[in-house]
This record gives sequence, structure tokens and C-alpha cells, in this order.
Amino acid sequence: MNIHDFLTMRNELLLTIVAVIVLVTDLNLKKDKKITIIPVAIGLFFITLIIGYLPVPTGILFGGMFRSNTLTILMKNILNIGLFIVMLQSVTWLKREENREKISEFFLLLISTLIGMNFMISSGDFLMFYLGLELATIPMAALAAFVHHQTRSAEAGIKLILSSALSSGILLFGLSMIYGTTGSIFFTEVAAAYTKAPLQVLAFIFFFTGMAFKISLVPFHLWTADVYEGAPVNVTSYLSVVSKGAASFIFIIVLYTVFSSITFIWKDVVYIISILTMTIGNLFALRQKNLKRFLAFSSIAQAGFILLGIVAGSKLGMTSVIYFVLVYIFSNLGAFGVVSAISAVTDKETMDDYNGLYHTNPKLSLLMTLSLFSLAGIPPVAGFFGKFFLFTSAASAGYYWLVFIAVLNATVSLYYYLLIVKAMFINRNESPIAYIKSDISTRFGLIICTIGIVALGFYSEIYEIITNLSFGIN
Amino acid sequence: MDFLSLFVLVPILTIIAITFTKDFKGTRLVSATGMSIQLLLAAVLVIRYLMERHAGNTAQWLFTADHLWFKSLNIHYAIGIDGISVAMVALTAMVVFAGIFASWEVDILPREFFISLILLSSGVFGFFISLDMFTMFLFYELAVIPMYLLIGIWGSGPKEYSAMKLTLMLMGGSALLLVGLLGLYFHSAPDGGQLTFNLTEIAKVNIPLAAQRFFFPFTFIGFGVLGALFPLHTWSPDGHSSAPTAVSMLHAGVLMKLGGYGCFRIAMYLMPEAAHEMAWIFIILTTISVVYGAFGAVVQKDLKYINAYSSVSHCGLVLFALLMMNQTAMNGAIIQMVSHGLMTALFFALIGMIYSRTHTRIIDEMGGLMKVIPFLSVVYVIAGLASLGLPGFSGFVAEVTIFVGAFQHTDTFHRVVTILATTSIVITAVYILRVIGILLLGPIKNDHYLHIGDAHWYERLSTVTLVAGITAIGLMPLLLSDMINFSMKPIIDKILALPVTGIF
Repeated sequence: MNIHDFLTMRNELLLTIVAVIVLVTDLNLKKDKKITIIPVAIGLFFITLIIGYLPVPTGILFGGMFRSNTLTILMKNILNIGLFIVMLQSVTWLKREENREKISEFFLLLISTLIGMNFMISSGDFLMFYLGLELATIPMAALAAFVHHQTRSAEAGIKLILSSALSSGILLFGLSMIYGTTGSIFFTEVAAAYTKAPLQVLAFIFFFTGMAFKISLVPFHLWTADVYEGAPVNVTSYLSVVSKGAASFIFIIVLYTVFSSITFIWKDVVYIISILTMTIGNLFALRQKNLKRFLAFSSIAQAGFILLGIVAGSKLGMTSVIYFVLVYIFSNLGAFGVVSAISAVTDKETMDDYNGLYHTNPKLSLLMTLSLFSLAGIPPVAGFFGKFFLFTSAASAGYYWLVFIAVLNATVSLYYYLLIVKAMFINRNESPIAYIKSDISTRFGLIICTIGIVALGFYSEIYEIITNLSFGIN
Repeated sequence: MDFLSLFVLVPILTIIAITFTKDFKGTRLVSATGMSIQLLLAAVLVIRYLMERHAGNTAQWLFTADHLWFKSLNIHYAIGIDGISVAMVALTAMVVFAGIFASWEVDILPREFFISLILLSSGVFGFFISLDMFTMFLFYELAVIPMYLLIGIWGSGPKEYSAMKLTLMLMGGSALLLVGLLGLYFHSAPDGGQLTFNLTEIAKVNIPLAAQRFFFPFTFIGFGVLGALFPLHTWSPDGHSSAPTAVSMLHAGVLMKLGGYGCFRIAMYLMPEAAHEMAWIFIILTTISVVYGAFGAVVQKDLKYINAYSSVSHCGLVLFALLMMNQTAMNGAIIQMVSHGLMTALFFALIGMIYSRTHTRIIDEMGGLMKVIPFLSVVYVIAGLASLGLPGFSGFVAEVTIFVGAFQHTDTFHRVVTILATTSIVITAVYILRVIGILLLGPIKNDHYLHIGDAHWYERLSTVTLVAGITAIGLMPLLLSDMINFSMKPIIDKILALPVTGIF
């Protein structure tokens, strides 16, 4: 490998370096000084984040196993933003007595999963894809079980690892069939050799099922709510935003490139699953009282909306998906940021706890409202634009009824988002959550989210950049 | 800076200024100043518009501006106005101005109240000046959402239920609307040119008939929900009655006009063939709205409910007239929009003011108010007379124009529904006169009423503004109808080019 090759793998290598530095620093720190790892990790990651935006050579490595192009770099950079915000929002919680000894583990695991996701996005064959996927998933289970003395957290870890093992099994079975029928695992070769042979369609279905598990599409979503509820808030937000974003990215890449010859099959499947996912996600979200559970189901519904962009099968669809994920990162992390800020201090996580929140914590309430409106797709915030473009891309393929169902679902989702707004602004509470003074990093994280939510739609350049980088199948 | 953009910018600047205010007085002072500037701007707009026309400017859209927003989707921030939008902007400015003064005493979270109210109005202004359907849709939704908070926090009665019902029904309507708009967008370039959301561009192309047939109902019903189209009107009585005064004023006075305006400007203008084909279905529905709304008002006991049902009837008349598709009736529809906007806002303002004194809205509990609050009572009578269509007030002009236009059709169907719809005039007279009789005349029902004071200066300012509008249109209808006529011409030409179809 020469320097050019190193640069092509810049994101992955930088993250690895950060992970190693964090590990080494941690080993050299005394027990009572562990807290210094927080600025080190966040600072280093911030530098990585910035370097990610510098121009870099693109190309193919390892005989086609690893591909880096401007689009994949953009996707990785988007995920970096998400992780950075999650890190900022975790600080208060990490500083708590019971977590102090495990601070470096938290960062190490987070960064490891991100490295996995990066490899997954850049994968050029199914082996690299699978390795990335596992690297992204296994540390995630450890993260879910981070508060190991808490039964529900441990349970979340177990559930995540079991369900992902099952989905990996199904996925691998599909991949082996793909190899068996096409004689290759390289994306380009598989794409060229893929026909509509029954076995290949079956292979695709297994692959699809495996992926559907990871993105928690209905009917493979059952693990989601329990894991989200059990895991610590910051891990949940990471799972629901960054992990889901990465899975959506790779899903769309594989569908658009490898399985482009059987578009007519997966379009119908995606169409139906999209409707199911939106509707069932919404229906379950309606009944939730725990905010983490609530956001889990709402994120299932959001995944249904993402499928609207995928089903379009066009450049417009791809652009919409990437743009939506970016918007979604800011919106969902905004909402989770508030939940995390409150939970880190008070351990309160249910909707009733938020009654009358506006009177004691107006800023947090306003940000929460802004995030929820963005998730619901209400103008003038970014979520409106994100959803609108997703709908536009589905309509461009002529799926008007799908758009109609989606918008009706968006209306239903508005209902439950408004329930939280109602709790904060309208409901009365004798003893509302006292004023919470968040620390500087949490505030910084929330400010980034606010700026993203407010500015993203109006600043159309970002959308144009994504459009220019997106490739399509037509 | 584009002149028209000021209409969106001033509310936003006002909101920003409000966030810096320290106390209740400061908040309302800033709000009042902002909205006074807005009213002044509207007056300038009307004058400038008339001057341009007198100078011989025959362009359909004036003061246009166009900024590219999302290049790859060809979405623009495109604005411009014609006579119809000028009328709507002026109406909005008057109602918001009156609304601010009608809420002078709101002391629960005043800052949040005024911010939401003005945010709502910025959505309405934006909607009326937009030429791009994307921005139109954006402003439309922007106008709906603050309503939830306004009713939910500052409302009365079953406010949470009403707020949720209203928001969800209107958002459900916008679900239909979005499909319609996207359909128009993807059929805006049948020759393979660039797709566009710009409605003036789309008006130039002929949307394929099959597409029109599919998308017209989506668009018309989508906007129709906001225009209280039967049977999707049920949000309206609940919403209006639970809303605080200024919000009822704005909602019934202005927001419902978004529905009629959208039906006309987007559904009918861009898809005239489908409009012709399907008009009969909606004519039947709107006739039901008109008559049912009026009957609904008769049986109500709560002042706000009476007015809410009367709004269903009067807004039904707007859609009814539009669907008649001839110049006279459509002119009438626009005049009715303005007239109803002013009238109903005045009613709601008065109801709020009376409620704040008597603490009841049930008509049977009140009586003889004319003796104790003569100013408010006289204004109430004026509003009532305007509502039942007495000559000299705007209601008369609107209704006469509508029914004359509707009766111009020679086929049985149109004539029968017109006759049915005219019965609403009689029913309106029944409930208005009944209310006036019970509420204002006769002996004073409650000794407590002897000590309630008449209108404060801010209440007088609020009501007089609206009365001025109502009488101006009533006495000089040509002022408004000329303005509308000119702008209606290209639209009418497009629609009249097609044969009128009746079902009998």
C-alpha cells in the first residue's frame, strides 16, 4: 500500500487511530482521572470530522473489496456528524459516578461501530460488506448492555445480539446463495451475472430479510422497542440515528447497484414493506408512554418513509434518502438530546414526566418541539423538506397512492408528536421537572441540532451537492 | 428587497422583536406596531396596485420576483400578485390588525401567544403571494400548525380535543393536497421540458385529461377541507368555538379563505376540464354546506357555535359560487371571501368582548345588553345585518353577485341548486335576528350586567377597522369588484373556453 491507498481509506484509518489513542490514553490514566478521556476523545473525533471534509483521492482497493468515491465519503461524513453530536450529548451521563470507569469503553465501542459502518458503506463485495456489518453490530450489543448492573440494559444487549445473530444468519444464507448462483461475491460481477432465476430471487429475499432486520422494517422490527428502551438513552439515539442511517445508505447502494436487474421484484417488496412499516410503526407509537420506546416506534415509522425514496429507484430517490437521513440525524438527535439531558439528571423518561415542562425548561421544550415538528415534517423546519423530497421521489415513479398513504401516516405521526408538545405546553403538573442546567457540551450538541433543523431546508446548496453526487440506475 | 417579501418579513421581524421584550406591555406594543406596519404595507400595496393598473399595466401578475431555491427540482421562491391576491392580503392585514387589539388583554403566556398568532399570519401572507406551489404548500402548513398551540393553550371548553381534531383534519386535507400538487408537478411538462411548481407556467400547459381526472379531486378536496366542504367541515365548529378570540377571528376570517383561494387558483385554474366534469358532485356538497350550515346555526345556543356554523354556510357559498364557473358568480365568490372574512372576524371579536364581560356565551343567559354596552351592541347589529345580506354592507354585494351569477345557468340542475342555496338567506335572517333580539333587546337578564363597561379604546379600534371594511365594500363595491374583474379575466377565459356541463 502506498500513501494514495492510505488516503483512500482515510476515514477508516483516522477512526482507528482515534480508537487506539483513546485506548492508550486510558491505560495510562489513574482511576480518578478517567474523566479526562472525554475531551481527548471528543476533540480527536472532532478533528477527524473536520479532516473528513478535506478533498481526498477516490479509488478502489484490495482488488475491488473496498471502494471509495465522493458519494461514500459524503455518507461517512454525514454519519460522523451524527456520532459527534451523540458524543457531545453523552458527556453529562458519562460523568455520572457509575459510568466513570467505563468512559473509554464507551468511546471505543462507538468508534468501532462507526468503523464498521464505514467499511460497510465502502464495501465492493459481500465479504467486506458482511465484515463491516458485524463490526458495526457486535460492539453495539455491548453498548446496549453498557449499564450492565441494570437488568433491562443487559436484556437489551442480549436481545440485540440474538436478533442480529439471527438476521446475520439469514443474510449469510442469502449471500452464500448469491455466491452459489453467480460464482462471485463482488458487487459488479454479481450485478452482471444476476438474472431472474428463481434461486437468485430467493437469495435476494434472504438478503433483503437480513437487511430488513437491521433497519428494523416491519415485520422484522420486534426487537427494536425493547432494545431501545433498555439501552442507555445515548446508545438508543445512536442506534436509531447513526446506525439506521448507515444501514439505509448501504441498503440503497446495494439495491441500486447489485440488484438493479431485478428492480421490478424489489420495488414491489419495498412498496409493501414501506406501507407496513409506516403504518405499524405509527400505530404502536400511538400507545407508548415511555419516550425512548416512543421514539423507537417513531423511528420504525421513519424507516418506512425512507423506503419511499428507495422505491423510486432513481437518482432523485437516492438524493432524497441521503438528504432525509441528514435531516433525520439533526431532528432525532435533537429530540433524543432533550430526553438525554433530562434523563441524565433526573432519570425521568416517560411522557407524563414532561407535563408542564415548558414552564420550568422553556428552551429544552422549544427545542423538543422543533425536533418533533421536524420529525413530523412540519414547515418551516428541515423535516418538511426531507419528507417532501421523499414524497416527490415516490411520486416521480408514479406511486401516487403510496404517497397518499405516506402523507396520511405523516398525519397520524403528527398526532403522537403533538401529544408530547401537548404534555410540555398544555398539560398541568403540580411538580414539573425542575430547571435543568445542562453542561456546555450538551448545550453545544443541542445548538448544532437546532441549527441543522432550522437551516438545512433553507440552505438548498446541501441538497444540490447531494444530488450531484448521487448516482442512479436510470 | 422584493416589495412583496416584506409581507412575510415584517411578521418574522416582529416575532424576533417580541422575543426580546421583557413584559406583557412591551410584547403587545411590539405586536401592535408590527401589525400596524403590516396594515400600512397592505394599504400601500392596494394603492400601488391600482396605480399600476391605471397606468395601463396589463400584466396578469404584478410585483413579481423569482429566486431559484432547489435547482434540481426547479423549486423557486416565486411571488407575485393579481387583484384577487391583493384583496386577500388586504383582508388578512385588517383581520390580523384587529385580532391583535382584540387580544389586548391576553395575559397567560402573552409572548408565546402573539408569536404564534403572528407566525400563523406570516403563513397566510406567504400563501397569498406565492406563485410557486411548493412555497404555497409550505406556507399553508405553516399557517395550520400554530393553530394547534393557540387553541390548545389559550382556548376554552374542550380545547385539547378541538385543537387536535382541527389540526389532524387539516393535515389530512394537506395529505390529499400534496398528492394533487405532486401530480401537477409531474405533469407540468408534457412535452418533455423542465418540470415546474410555478402555477403560472403550469397554467400555460394542458395537463392530460386522465391526469386531471385523477388529481383534481385530491386538490379540490384537499383545499376544500380548509374551506369547510361538507362533510369535511366538522373541525370548524369545534375549532372555532374552542379557540381564543383572535384565533377564531383569524381562522374563520382568513385561514378558511386559503381553502377557497386554493380551490380556485390551483384546482380549477390548472385543471379546468376536470373541474367542469366533476363540478356537479361538489356543487351538491357545497349546497348541502350552505343549507346545513345555516340550519346548524339556528339550533345552536352558544354564540360561537352559531357563528361557526354560519361560517360553514358562508364559506360553502364561496365554493358554491366558484363551481358555478361564470364570471359573475366567481366574482361574487371572491367578494364573499373578503366580506365573510371581515364579517366573521368582527363577530368573533364581539363575541370575545361580550364573553369577557358576561362570562357566558349562551344566548339565553343574556339579554338587554344594548342598554349597558351600546357601542358593542350597535356593532353587533351591524355585523348581523351584514351577515344576513342587508344592502349597504358587503354581504349584500357578495350574495347578490353570487346568486345572479348562479342563476345565469339555464339548465335545471344549476337553477335548482341555486334556489336551494338561496334559502340560506332566509335561514340566516332567522338566526341573526333571533340572536339580536334575545341578546341585545328586552330587559336586562342579570344585575351583574349593569356594571360591565362598554368597549375600551383598543376594542373600538379593533371593531371599527372591520366595520370600515364592511361598509366600504357595501357602499363602493366597484372598488373591489373592478380589481377582481380584471384579474379574473384570464382565468375565466380559460374556463369559459370549455362547454358547461349539467347533469340534467
